[in-house]
Amino acid sequence: MPYKDEQLHEEKVFKDPVHRYVHVQDRVIWDLIATPEFQRLRRIKQLGTSYLTFHGAEHSRFNHSLGVYEIIRRIIGNFENRDDWNDDERLLCLCAALLHDLGHGPFSHSFEKAFKLDHEHFTQQIILGDTHIHKILERVETGFSRKVADVIDKTYEDKLVVSLISSQIDADRMDYLQRDAYFTGVSYGHFDMERILRVMRPIEDQVVIKSSGMHAVEDYIMSRYQMYWQVYFHPVTRSAEVILSKILHRAKYLFENNYTFKLKPFHFTSFFKEDVGLTDYLKLDESIVFYYFQLWQEEDDAILRDLCERFMNRRLFKYIEFNPNLQMKEWKELSQLFEEAGINPDYYLEVDSSSDLPYDFYRPGEEDERLPINLLLPDGRLKELSRNSDIVEAISGKKRTDHKLYFPGDLLAGLHNNDPVKQRIMELLNLEQSKGEGKNAD
Amino acid sequence: MLTNHAKLMHFFSAANDITGRKKMQKMIYILQKCHVPFEEKYQFHFYGPYSDELSLRVEELCDLGFISEEKEMKSNYVQYHYQITGDGKAFLDQFQIEMPDMTEKIELLKAKSSRFLELVSTMLYFEGQPADEIVKKIHTVKPKQNYTDSEIDEAFEYITQIRLVQ
Repeated sequence: MPYKDEQLHEEKVFKDPVHRYVHVQDRVIWDLIATPEFQRLRRIKQLGTSYLTFHGAEHSRFNHSLGVYEIIRRIIGNFENRDDWNDDERLLCLCAALLHDLGHGPFSHSFEKAFKLDHEHFTQQIILGDTHIHKILERVETGFSRKVADVIDKTYEDKLVVSLISSQIDADRMDYLQRDAYFTGVSYGHFDMERILRVMRPIEDQVVIKSSGMHAVEDYIMSRYQMYWQVYFHPVTRSAEVILSKILHRAKYLFENNYTFKLKPFHFTSFFKEDVGLTDYLKLDESIVFYYFQLWQEEDDAILRDLCERFMNRRLFKYIEFNPNLQMKEWKELSQLFEEAGINPDYYLEVDSSSDLPYDFYRPGEEDERLPINLLLPDGRLKELSRNSDIVEAISGKKRTDHKLYFPGDLLAGLHNNDPVKQRIMELLNLEQSKGEGKNAD
Repeated sequence: MLTNHAKLMHFFSAANDITGRKKMQKMIYILQKCHVPFEEKYQFHFYGPYSDELSLRVEELCDLGFISEEKEMKSNYVQYHYQITGDGKAFLDQFQIEMPDMTEKIELLKAKSSRFLELVSTMLYFEGQPADEIVKKIHTVKPKQNYTDSEIDEAFEYITQIRLVQ
């Protein structure tokens, strides 16, 4: 039997808190899961620094990747024998679903910004490079790894296959919303996925939703909206991310200025040089990052030591609301006052912005459209979701942005109360004099 | 603070005015590929490389009053025009960052249609693959655009040319 058709003697199952069970019958999938590159995802947290806000959020990219695979497996099961669905694409879809996040590194968001990396680039490299994953995919058929890479890159010719993995209602989002809600413990993020899967239909090059399932989709869109603002953009999580990002910048700065670390940061060297190869990239997971942060708490450099101590012990920055337009001058003055107070503003004063667009519909001629969610009406016509749903229409195309100013409340509190520099800082931040506290990072 | 916003403001300042969201998206992507240090992340989309981050950041700049966005009703769609405002200029004066001079590149980009820039940016997205593979990819991912051989040849030449100018 060709490798691509090989089935396990007995179906394997992974117990899963979100989908109850993840079922694996294909030998290829089983082999992919067993590779070092896929197992590495166990050591990358799905939600980065969110565990410092929601203590349950310790789940990994490994959990999520299996979850996306399971959702696709169920969708494909429902699509079997339907017109417009090509069952030859089954294994391709399953592999792409399983491997779509393969290139994520530790605390992806901060690392990507600090070292100018792109996890999608590494996903492609792992799939197409000299890796265990690549060898397995090429055993399926020559050129199969390229197909998987193209689906994940959204450049595969069959757009139906692409839209299952990446669209406004895809398996990726359906898994992470539910999984992140489960592990953070919040009550948002839940929706009736079984219902959505039952009403999904393949039509030409897209997946549409039977109009009878519209309310389940409304629930999904609202869940996404709430999760972004209640979980993903939580100001405390962002405070931890600001500190993390400052650690990386400080360590890089020290490296570039020939600082002697107590332990040579071997694992970071190519990152500092912004010349990261696949081998180095795969070696750096969160366990290694935490190891270095632990060590850097003992470093001679006061800034690196302090930032690591903050991150490891959750001594986060405070924050206030900030309007960059109205408060630009204040920010400049604050920056100077921080310098005068001996607090380096490059590492201890930061404005962080978060934006989200919960759902958008197709507007011909415009560029920033996303694939719309189309409803399949009983007469066979398609209608874009927001034209039928008042709830979705209310949030369609509406972007929301939030700016916050982060600073170390404890360092400000430590300044002498009679110091005019402190008094002016407190005035600008609109803070209580003695405590130096904005909103608590609790 | 707001470094990436400031970088975009340099672009709007140098460009004076930009017509079309699609064109703006492609211009920034092509400039990125010419090593102008914009940090917006791009993914492949309907019209080629597209950045959600850029779209959100431009909207933020509008909300902040640093650039103005004007809508023009076309026969079956809306076209957007962007221009730097007085507040935007003041922001740039206060926020000094080093950016390479991109004036000439921007002039070259503005002179081209969004359809052509869509082709150029898509070719740049597949950069690194052999030229014949890139051409094959163009026809796979953009079957409806029907790009001709001469357009594709022109785009290859254009990429070389824009990388040469300062």
